[in-house]
Amino acid sequence: MKTVTAVVVGAGHAGLAMSHHLARHGIDHVILERGEVANAWRHQRWDSLRLLTPNWQTRLPGQAYAGPEPHGFMGMAELIAFLDDYARGLSAPLHTGTEVISVRQAENGYLVVTNQGDWRCRAVVMATGACRLPVVPALAADLPPWVNSLTPLDYRNPGQLAPGGVLVVGASATGVQLADEIQRSGWPVTLAVGEHLRLPRRYRGRDIQWWLEQAGMLDQRFDEVEDLARARRQPSPQLLGSTESLDLDLNALSERGVRMVGRLVGLAGTRLQFSGALAVHCQAADLKLARLLDNLDAWASVHDCHAALPAPERPAPTRVPQRPCLGLDLAAGEIKTVLWATGFRPDFSWLEVPVFDARGRLLHDGGVVAPGLYAMGLPFMRRRKSGAIHGADDDARELSAHLAAWLARTGRRHASFA
Amino acid sequence: MHTATQPIDNGVNVTALLGAREALAQAPAAARFTWRAHCDWVRGTHSRIAIEDFHGLGETQQHRSRFTFEADHPEVFAAEDHGPTPVEYVLVGLAACLTAGVAAVAQHRGIQLRSVKATVEGDMDIQGILGMDPEVRSGFDDIRVGFEIDADASRADIEALVAQSQKRSAVYDLLTNPTHVKVEVK
Repeated sequence: MKTVTAVVVGAGHAGLAMSHHLARHGIDHVILERGEVANAWRHQRWDSLRLLTPNWQTRLPGQAYAGPEPHGFMGMAELIAFLDDYARGLSAPLHTGTEVISVRQAENGYLVVTNQGDWRCRAVVMATGACRLPVVPALAADLPPWVNSLTPLDYRNPGQLAPGGVLVVGASATGVQLADEIQRSGWPVTLAVGEHLRLPRRYRGRDIQWWLEQAGMLDQRFDEVEDLARARRQPSPQLLGSTESLDLDLNALSERGVRMVGRLVGLAGTRLQFSGALAVHCQAADLKLARLLDNLDAWASVHDCHAALPAPERPAPTRVPQRPCLGLDLAAGEIKTVLWATGFRPDFSWLEVPVFDARGRLLHDGGVVAPGLYAMGLPFMRRRKSGAIHGADDDARELSAHLAAWLARTGRRHASFA
Repeated sequence: MHTATQPIDNGVNVTALLGAREALAQAPAAARFTWRAHCDWVRGTHSRIAIEDFHGLGETQQHRSRFTFEADHPEVFAAEDHGPTPVEYVLVGLAACLTAGVAAVAQHRGIQLRSVKATVEGDMDIQGILGMDPEVRSGFDDIRVGFEIDADASRADIEALVAQSQKRSAVYDLLTNPTHVKVEVK
């Protein structure tokens, strides 16, 4: 049995950022990684994916983008290189190929069981990712056998799809990007649209991320928002990482021939049922976007950037089909593949500590899960930006300070560690 | 704009509703409600429906009084028109539900309402209920709701109010999403 003060589980951006801050506090720790650095970015992302944050914003503690294209968007190869490079600069031992099988409470700390032996530690930081498992509705199990059912974790490119129509379920970042790519490849796409977040790539000549960051919206804290549960449920915005400043809203997709239907709500036999509430979901997204742009304009006026920027503009309202399709019979054979862009969730199945709510969701207060037990990288964990790569710095700084204070209060080491 | 001297009052007890949300978060089983209607055939297409009790918060609850409703069909259906048609009751439910939602959301958002009027229309092709054409559905194929709202708020805020009301409305949900319905003979 090996001993160490802290174990960081996961060597993605969040775990690496935490390691940086733990080292600053002089806390001895190891990083345990099931595969390699940036494992999910390497093995569970589609080929064309680019980050939704521009390169200038893609930064980790002590390391900013220094390449030639600050306004570009990293593809996976670049991001993996960026994280590999960052990991090499860290001082803590990084154990790749080490899968955590369980974490249990032990006397004065935790027992971490892995496929490469066990660790005793005072503290554990869980940085295993917010998107480990796809969330797929139960009705997926009842699809007829001739329809392929695919999650974004398995999707790579349109070439792997069976010839024919594709139903993309979900119109958040993943859904709109995959709908666009597949429609362009020649397979007709039907997009099931529920509640969504419409966001232009650029506004008044600047990337939308510049606005959100400058106006302080990304720094909004978890203990300041009115309805935190709702803020954490917020879907990812309809964005594409593209220097061509391509908007990927529903109007753009409609123009390219994507068919809009309401939220997928049922499967009766072979007949898919879509909600009749498409119009209100689109209207709500338009209203929310208008409110956001009003707030950004107000911020620009107050902060004297108004005159320096192009005039305010408003995107066209979302055009909704007059009579959206309410049902599709899969027996007709038009749809060959259903792609579930219905969200992701973390996987804490290895965590054998009673820190879950009735629905099995991790309970935490800004990433503080239990004494000595922390999470990283969850949506709106401590700030609106917590789920983003650049959000890891502030969260890791605060949680590492919390961890250090807790160690100081309770005694750094277990007696048997000495 | 409202001022501190004139508190917003749409007659909605938001504090109680938010309190209920908190309480039910601790005891989710109490949030299970069962609504109930008792129907008696009179003659022809005329029925009388009574509503009195329902289940919720873990026990049987009573309305303050027993409400009765007549349902029938108009004379163009060769009926005696003792009351609204069942499909009109559906429109009643949608109008009442969305309007209640508008009031509640307005109260929560600090918007004083002066008047809220809604007109609800549902279209159907009666070839469906007459069994003349299997391609034609029996129910509504389109429902339109028109709100006229006079309130201390911008048009965008009023539109947001109505959108939020739709998001939370039970009847709107019932009409736009499929529901399991089981009918049996006892």
